[in-house]
Amino acid sequence: MRQVSIIGIGQTKVDEHWDKSFRDLGVDAVLAAIQDAGSPPVEALYLGNMLAGQLTGQEHTAALVADYAGYRGIEALRVEAACAAGSSAFRVGYMAVASGLIDVAVVVGVEKMTDMLGNEVTAALASAADADYEVMHGVSFVALNALLMRRYMYEHQVERAAFANFAINAHRNAMNNPNAMFHAPLSEAAFGKARMIADPVSLLDSAPICDGAAAAVICPTARAREFSAHPVHVRASAVATDSLALHDRKDLLFLQAGRLSAQKAYAQAGAGPEDMDLFELHDAFTIMSALSLEAAGFAPRGQGVRLAQEGEIFLGGRIPISTMGGLKGRGHPVGATGMYQIVELAQQLRGEAGKNQVDCRLGMAQNIGGSGGTIITHIFESAD
Amino acid sequence: MHIPRQWRTRDQRLSLMGEVCPKCGVKLFPPRDVCPECSGPAKEPFALSGRGAVYSYSTVYHAPEGYESYVPYTVALVRLEEGPMVTAQLTDVDKEQVAIGMPVEMVTRKIAEDGEDGAILYGYKFRPALEAGAAC
Ligand SMILES: [Zn+2]
Repeated sequence: MRQVSIIGIGQTKVDEHWDKSFRDLGVDAVLAAIQDAGSPPVEALYLGNMLAGQLTGQEHTAALVADYAGYRGIEALRVEAACAAGSSAFRVGYMAVASGLIDVAVVVGVEKMTDMLGNEVTAALASAADADYEVMHGVSFVALNALLMRRYMYEHQVERAAFANFAINAHRNAMNNPNAMFHAPLSEAAFGKARMIADPVSLLDSAPICDGAAAAVICPTARAREFSAHPVHVRASAVATDSLALHDRKDLLFLQAGRLSAQKAYAQAGAGPEDMDLFELHDAFTIMSALSLEAAGFAPRGQGVRLAQEGEIFLGGRIPISTMGGLKGRGHPVGATGMYQIVELAQQLRGEAGKNQVDCRLGMAQNIGGSGGTIITHIFESAD
Repeated sequence: MHIPRQWRTRDQRLSLMGEVCPKCGVKLFPPRDVCPECSGPAKEPFALSGRGAVYSYSTVYHAPEGYESYVPYTVALVRLEEGPMVTAQLTDVDKEQVAIGMPVEMVTRKIAEDGEDGAILYGYKFRPALEAGAAC
């Protein structure tokens, strides 16, 4: 096994890109990352995507993006794990380079969601859940998170307002990220009276529907300095699974796959949650932030929400999260999100996060597929 | 929902047909043939009673395509007496009256229809248990 490093990163702004197609977005991010890496000889492209077939009528997307990016002929594969597609592609790229089969790979996450109507996108997103035994009953993806949030509030005796800082923090951090979808602050009052989508989950608990693509170029650490003055080293890469359906979980309020993948990642990195300087978590819904913090060991069970209430998740806090806006503020182009998390961590570890710069050496990203059926954890280290 | 798929799941949707593991005795719904508790083969059919209690719930205001005409509707996780948990809609109840722990029982209702000419999908929903007072 070889050590692997990120030598280039690229991203499109997350937005409603009426003027850009799926392939345009993918190509933009791929070329930006390759240029950032000093145009190394790319041998393979791994593309993370969840919904291209359902929302754009286009499958076979890895070959398409490779061709349009000027890399016709190379190895190109798409990897899917619902909303964890982005980091599942990174995981496959990491395995290819670590194994010695591939020297230089580009990994890109792409999602184009705004060509379809809201209820069609809602139905497509629900395909992350159990089609026969959850979705058939009219349960949207938001509703699954609402079932989690209601039970969390009941068992841990917290009010909805306790989750406000997850969304407020995300919006505040997005203000200084030019690639974020939202650049408006969010107040506690606005959070309190937000419209319900699936009670108790409101519009302001939820990440927006949007388009975007983010990419990274990776190579063996031994060669990283050939291409980059500031490589970022991959210290851990781990995937774990759980039941797709919430009703099949042994313990509804604990993300077992989050715990398992975090434990594997900590073991690989020889580190623990106390060593992480920041955590890019999967804040698709405020409840997911709380559950992720608990599963990854940053808070005991039922206390994840306290980290938000006490401001420990802010940029100056004990464990800053969503430092460039997270899914809530930067936006959540689902199959691209995992790569946005990784690209933003690389920005932080390269010292290129501008006003949101965290003093950091080690950072962790955790990408969640569905309501926790797949959870992927990566840990990165600054080379400086 | 396509007709063959409706047909395949008929025993589950209409009579909560699950399985029991002959090795460890755990009841399973939906059926999954490999017991998640002991990894033994669990292919023995077992019909669940349909009695249970609300474990969590949510009222849906923005529905996926195909369910828009039913909003607002309330979905729930129901813990069945025999152990398994199921996801289903609640029916015959005001959303304000739903609470965690509320005893419920399975009924068969229309779940969705596939356009004007398509098949109507029937399946389980849960309503407040009629004999809740007596049972508790
Ligand atoms: Zn068994």
